Amino acid sequence: MNYNWHWKVLFELEPGGTGSYLHYLLVGLAWTLATALAAWVLALAIGALVGTLRTTPMKWVVRAGNLYVEIFRNVPLIVQMFLWFFVVPELLPRELGDWIKQIPPPWGSYVPAVLCLGIFTSVRIAEQVRAGINSLPRGQRLAGVAMGLTETQSYRHVILPQAFRIILPPLTSEFMNVIKNSSVALTIGLLELTGRARAMQEFSFRVFEAFTAATVIYLLTNLVVVLAMRALEHKVRVPGLIAATGAPQAGH
Amino acid sequence: MDSGFDFDVIQRSWGYLFREGMTFTVTLTLLAMAGGIVFGTLLAMMRLSSVKPVSIAAGAYVNLMRSIPLVLVIFWFFFLVPYIGAWAIGAREPIKVGAFWSAAITFTMFEAAYYCEIMRAGIQSIPRGQAWSGYALGLDYWQTMAQIVLPQAFRNMLPVLLTQTIILFQDTSLVYVISATDFLGAAAKVANRDYRLVEMYTFVAVVYFVVSYGLSALVKRLQERVAIIK
Repeated sequence: MNYNWHWKVLFELEPGGTGSYLHYLLVGLAWTLATALAAWVLALAIGALVGTLRTTPMKWVVRAGNLYVEIFRNVPLIVQMFLWFFVVPELLPRELGDWIKQIPPPWGSYVPAVLCLGIFTSVRIAEQVRAGINSLPRGQRLAGVAMGLTETQSYRHVILPQAFRIILPPLTSEFMNVIKNSSVALTIGLLELTGRARAMQEFSFRVFEAFTAATVIYLLTNLVVVLAMRALEHKVRVPGLIAATGAPQAGH
Repeated sequence: MDSGFDFDVIQRSWGYLFREGMTFTVTLTLLAMAGGIVFGTLLAMMRLSSVKPVSIAAGAYVNLMRSIPLVLVIFWFFFLVPYIGAWAIGAREPIKVGAFWSAAITFTMFEAAYYCEIMRAGIQSIPRGQAWSGYALGLDYWQTMAQIVLPQAFRNMLPVLLTQTIILFQDTSLVYVISATDFLGAAAKVANRDYRLVEMYTFVAVVYFVVSYGLSALVKRLQERVAIIK
């Protein structure tokens, strides 16, 4: 293939004048991480709650939880992005909607992106949490009851601490998914890493340098996440308790 | 925007949305599913190969694809495929490739990495004795795979393969980033032309929900049937 590589482009000034292209991409990484981390906090909070509620004997709560999961699992992420960005402000009262539409960039894209990604991911975490709880032997719950714990107490002290340890490996891959999925926010104008790689390609015409640089940055980020989560798994390990080895699952 | 939900815009653009948009989406999904399962199975066999360079190469490909965002992969292939095409037919200049074929190649290659992991688990779920008895009967590697291991692996993994295909169906909407006219792309064009974003995007969400939910329910029923037979 006759493509002339020109790696020095990474150190040339980007047209916005904020610094080199490499710096421009690294700022993109910062936005990717800022989006992914905020969404992750939201997703863990909602996901843990919904996932736990779906294992309780309260029929209507379980049904509501199932509905929540089905809605956000069966609509593509990019469509959900458009709903949060284009549709939600129109459905709110006019003044509030107008105010939202006037939020200056990048926050006007950042907030809907975090909400969208957080809720999208919370559904997947809810599924993991429920599976983790259901994988515990029934005896654990019964033992809690036998010891005189209330339902809440046995969740708090017996079930959840074990369930979360079991689902740490799948949660690691969910965290990597949220980093990857944050790239979809470029469709609503958030200049995160992938968005900036595309912008760099448009400014400099150095297509493959831009995408290779972004790819390498994603790979390094993944490596850091994997190592950090491995350390965390090691730190919270309880002898004798086996973590989920990950039954084959569909994903992206 | 004016108050009131304008259903009319959906009715007016019905033909464009489904005959053009949905046809693109469904064709792309089916092509990428077929290609992805074929390549994914080959990759899985490579990953499980005892020849080290082969398993390392396949592992590297799968991990690379699974580590970067699909949007970035779509951009990569959108620009890369014209070069690969030129190289394949010996042309000097990058050739022109339409959005559809670019997307078809992208999704086939990307999903192959995900189907690979499913098929690998499927192959590993078959007891080793099955392959050994194949060899003992005088079958070679390809015969053993094609006639003994893969049919069982495929059957065990069918629900997961189908679930992955539902995800693929949803993911094809990301071809929006290369301005292809898939179902979402068609709706976005109408939405921007008539300034009917609320109606169009809500409608798109409902259609995707109905299709994905319906297919998931079918997969769940299939899963129960397979589970009983096992």
